[in-house]
Amino acid sequence: MANKHAESLLEAGRPPSSDTAGDGSTVARMRRRQGVSLAWLYLATFVLGIGLWWLYAALGDNELAPAPPEVIESFREGLRDGWLLEHTAASLQRVVAGFLLGVALAIPAGFLMGWYRWARGMVEPWVQFFRTVPPLALIPLVIVFLGIGETAKIFVIFLAAFLSCVIATFQGVRNVDVTFVNAARVLGANDATIFARVIVPASMPYIFVGMRVALGSSWATLVASELLAAPTGLGRMMQSAQQFLQTERIVVGIIMIGALGFAMDRLLLVLERRLTSWQEVR
Amino acid sequence: MAPMISIQAVTKVYQSSRGDVTSLDDVSLDVDRGEFVTLVGPSGCGKSTMLNLVAGLLEPTSGQVLVNGAPVSGPGPDRGVIFQQYALFPWLTARKNVEFGLRLQGLSKRERRERAQHYLELVGLGRFGSALPKELSGGMKQRCAIARAYAVNPSLLLMDEPFGALDALTRVQMQDDLLATWQQERRTVLFITHDVDEAVYLAGRVVVMSPHPGRISDIVDVPLPYPRTEDMRLSPQFAEIRGRVWRGVHHPSATSNLRGDGA
Repeated sequence: MANKHAESLLEAGRPPSSDTAGDGSTVARMRRRQGVSLAWLYLATFVLGIGLWWLYAALGDNELAPAPPEVIESFREGLRDGWLLEHTAASLQRVVAGFLLGVALAIPAGFLMGWYRWARGMVEPWVQFFRTVPPLALIPLVIVFLGIGETAKIFVIFLAAFLSCVIATFQGVRNVDVTFVNAARVLGANDATIFARVIVPASMPYIFVGMRVALGSSWATLVASELLAAPTGLGRMMQSAQQFLQTERIVVGIIMIGALGFAMDRLLLVLERRLTSWQEVR
Repeated sequence: MAPMISIQAVTKVYQSSRGDVTSLDDVSLDVDRGEFVTLVGPSGCGKSTMLNLVAGLLEPTSGQVLVNGAPVSGPGPDRGVIFQQYALFPWLTARKNVEFGLRLQGLSKRERRERAQHYLELVGLGRFGSALPKELSGGMKQRCAIARAYAVNPSLLLMDEPFGALDALTRVQMQDDLLATWQQERRTVLFITHDVDEAVYLAGRVVVMSPHPGRISDIVDVPLPYPRTEDMRLSPQFAEIRGRVWRGVHHPSATSNLRGDGA
């Protein structure tokens, strides 16, 4: 905030027609140049990474090492023959379903835990216990209880999303400044009003952090969940590619998961910025 | 007529891990309707506890607190509280903050808007209704909090070191503005501060408290008329009153131990 303000002040103080060189606003110029160069750095590091990978694949005599052109070719083939979209759609459905269910249950559960002692006492031990168990380890049991159908896969993702989000929501409720609650009480608010109009908005920033962590866990659990005899899905695709030594297809899978995860995270970020832009520190 | 506030033989003991701490020890005080009373004392003298008891945010260990003749049971919109940390809801605009209490009273949207605008203008924030708290300065935030407290029409205002976090210049300005508002609206004010100057400048009566355990050590009348002016602040009479309060706050043993049995 303060920096932005100082910058705009400096901008305003500058004569409109002046040349960039030799005027007084060195700070503003330095800042702007830094801003531009960061975008260039992103591009540079991206190009460098791809370049190194390509170089390694080209120079080494490893037949299996996939090079960028092969990956692009595999990508095009996948689009042309339809298998890429099919696998992606299947995975996306599972992630979205598991994530939404997990978050939809975690937010009320976190609120209850923060608000009612009994809820905290009943839920927290389970959450803390399962939090440290990787969902992968639960898969054999999930198969026993839920079979190998779609329910089992979504359940594993749901669990991962729920566990990450419930803790954050709970923390959010517990960290609500008691002064806000008191301020509402002296204005005549009852418990229900305090909950809806103070606790919920005040813990929003924490909930968003929880949702973003949950999204990461959902994607991370996806590949594991597709170990459960999935006919389709990016995880499935990568596993069969592994058996057929189609290493370029594995790279395609990695890129898809990374790109979709990134895109969904950005979406959440935009939503977060909209809903919690009132925050003092950004 | 019953006094606005009647604190009767109130003791408040906090339980802590190191044993019980007596925050207030058998304190009594009456405040009349329309009075401006300041509570001044070093930290640990129980002045905030006293305010919170009147607000209904705390319960006394023994004794009782009456407001308007009725015992206090929990907070309510008849007693507006202004906190040192402003306590504006950061996710609401200034106007929505002021409307918060009005909405709870079931006022229509139009009435809410009009009342909010009136009080925002009263505190000089007429043009800042749609600003978020993060866009307001400390002084403006506190003005907004004052507007919010006034808007629900409380018969009593409880202010807990409201200007404690402001710089000296803003502080003086806020004091004058508060007095101007008080003269217009004429509500009972109980104002906490640890600043002796502020205590004397604002009050009709200064209640001096001493710590460990919290007691009233002196009650000083300020016979200066309202509106208070800069000249009064620099007058010998002010200096004399200020001197008495100062000694009461900084050398509590030197003053006669006037236990506050009401004024």
